[in-house]
Amino acid sequence: MPSYVIAEKCDGCKGQDKTACMYICPNDLMVLDKERMKAYNRDPQMCWECACCVKICPQQAMDLRGYADFVPMGASTIPLRGSEDIMWTIKFRNGTIKRFKFPIRTTPEGSIVPDAGFETGTDDLKSYVLFTEPGSLGCEVPTLKK
Amino acid sequence: MANFETVEVSTDLLIIGGGMSACGAAVEAAYWAKKHGLKVTLVDKAAMDRSGAVAMGLSAINLYIGQAAGDNTVEDYVRYVRQDLMGITREDLVYSIARHVDSTVHLFEKWGLPIWKDENGKYVHEGRWQIMINGESYKIIVAEAAKNALNALGPDNIYERVFIVEPLMDGDRCVGAVGFSVRENKFYVFKAKAVLVGMGGAVHVFRPRSTGEGLGRSWYPPFNTGSSAYFTLKAGAEMTCQEVRFIPVRFKDAYGPVGAWFLLFKSVATNALGEDYMKTHPDVLEQYAPYGLTKPIPANLRNHLGLIDERAGKGPIYMRTEEAIQRLAEEMPDEKQRKKKLKELEAEAWEDFLDMTISQALLWAATNTFPEEKPSEIAACEPYFIGSHSGASGAWVSGPEDIAPAEYQWGYTNMSTVKGLFCAGDASGASSHKFSSGSFTEGRIAAKSAIRFIVENNEEPKVDAAYVEELKARVLKPLDTFEQYKGMTTDPDVNPNYIRPKQFMFRLQKIMDEYAGGVSKSFTTNKYLLERGLELLAMLKEDSEKLAAESLHELMRCWENVHRMWQAEAHIRSVLFREETRWPGYYIRADFPNLDEENWKCFVNCRWDRNTGQWEVFKRPVISIVD
Repeated sequence: MPSYVIAEKCDGCKGQDKTACMYICPNDLMVLDKERMKAYNRDPQMCWECACCVKICPQQAMDLRGYADFVPMGASTIPLRGSEDIMWTIKFRNGTIKRFKFPIRTTPEGSIVPDAGFETGTDDLKSYVLFTEPGSLGCEVPTLKK
Repeated sequence: MANFETVEVSTDLLIIGGGMSACGAAVEAAYWAKKHGLKVTLVDKAAMDRSGAVAMGLSAINLYIGQAAGDNTVEDYVRYVRQDLMGITREDLVYSIARHVDSTVHLFEKWGLPIWKDENGKYVHEGRWQIMINGESYKIIVAEAAKNALNALGPDNIYERVFIVEPLMDGDRCVGAVGFSVRENKFYVFKAKAVLVGMGGAVHVFRPRSTGEGLGRSWYPPFNTGSSAYFTLKAGAEMTCQEVRFIPVRFKDAYGPVGAWFLLFKSVATNALGEDYMKTHPDVLEQYAPYGLTKPIPANLRNHLGLIDERAGKGPIYMRTEEAIQRLAEEMPDEKQRKKKLKELEAEAWEDFLDMTISQALLWAATNTFPEEKPSEIAACEPYFIGSHSGASGAWVSGPEDIAPAEYQWGYTNMSTVKGLFCAGDASGASSHKFSSGSFTEGRIAAKSAIRFIVENNEEPKVDAAYVEELKARVLKPLDTFEQYKGMTTDPDVNPNYIRPKQFMFRLQKIMDEYAGGVSKSFTTNKYLLERGLELLAMLKEDSEKLAAESLHELMRCWENVHRMWQAEAHIRSVLFREETRWPGYYIRADFPNLDEENWKCFVNCRWDRNTGQWEVFKRPVISIVD
């Protein structure tokens, strides 16, 4: 189902040059209506329902509404994404509610070092050995006799 | 011409794309570029945090060898991939990716990706090669590593929201790319000494099953639009396996993953009568010997068997989720542990969807589906072009010096047949089953190789201004077309002077669906249909000159559809050339319904000639390097 914006909650990410949803949508679907200061999905037919916009919205002003051409009405899947976990609230058409919490990351945001602390061994640009190998592989890189 | 500022960016290595392969390229390239004083620039049409096929997340890493622990060997993996692709694979490339892939997965884990572990600290396997992850933020983590690597080289190395349209050529060498910002009126010219393509595969070339609001609910993302195939074709690169489309079987309509159900939960799928279609068609498996008689049965043959039952009116096809869950719970010794196990299984099943196909969780909730109580329908999706999964389409790239036979090796690893043009992930062909971890790994391999190319061929690109102006006019033309004619009618959607990109896409999809064996034809075609398809495609190609765009967003849509159209043409020509049916669950040539090992155990490659505008389609040998 395509993403949609709850008019009452959206503040157009006021004061910024672009909204969070515009920034993140992998398919360039979210647009800010500058007169209303509200964002909208300009082409729901091309929405993958990845919910990247829903997860990033600082106002929790976004949600998914199941694709109208095959999804019966009345259900929802609402994420609340933190720095270590994501919580999901699933509401069924018959009213059943299920909640799940899953880890998403084991390190603090922004802390990543590309070599991850593995020794950067080889300096040989011609070799097939990659920059963190053999350390990150845990053994010598194998080859085949031609 | 529309008034656009031209922005020129000069760099050493240009990485195009922001998905798994491009991020892998960025991480590896940054290390070697720093050592050699080179510049690396990455350009992405989206935001790297959520760019590419892993944007939503993933619930498993499908390629992990376990080399250090001695779980499997790289050769084992090559045999597995060869079998799944019915014998047609570049074993050197599969080997090349697989020998490094664990090294990449170990980086992911240290960067912060949660990988499931058992009580002994070993990764939890879904299947032999697949490991389970909590992958909601998989892409964000990988993008952070790539961005940190590039930012450490200096400022302004990353351009997001710039859509690349065309390669920039200097004679027979690829020396950059041109495109435009989808946010402001700027035309970009990237000049580079080497170019690495990682722009993904192609979706929406064929008409999808859902054509209303659910049009965008493809299995592979709708923003993978054939840009890798177009870019490499237009540069004059030789392409391979353009006939090897991929059609996954997924939970019906929302396309939720089935891997955890089949492999982790050991579920079976049956037709509506409860018959296991994997067991009721031994004659069909025999028909596709030796591949049909060897385990694991190739993905396309599994599709084929299910489709046979569907065509026979024995649908729906069901994943027997309720049976699988009950069976697993019953393995527990007492009621208390059974309840605990059920709870665990329920969370695992829902996470599988929520991590990577939220729509499927929503569809289950909307249809009051409790997997422990009733089965769920599965179905074949529509065809996609994806070199990283169980499809194989992509550019024909050079293999590594130490393992590739001479026929597959012409210099730099992962370089296409065009000088300076490197490919990874869905952009490189005949090296299937690399998935997310292998695509990232292939990006690393290609990037190191591209840096070597630059060091050994350190020539400034020569690009004359008139050529750039010509490209600029061509890229911006749809905006001019709209501006010129929009006043002629009262409805901008209906105008005899132009075609808007969405209708153009529908026209392409109709041709492909009805002539090249799409969903509505149950993936069946023949010579006559394909030839008619080519005729209609030729007219579509002529009309692509009349595409019109009202906005920057629509300009991107215009070019995405031109990219799809070229992927379509490469596909039809290759399906037409191969006079046999090798992957019957992907497509059937009704005029050649059998496997023909004697004449067709070979690659079908093609090339579009930049000078003459002519296509050639030809055979290349399959050479085995592993027993």
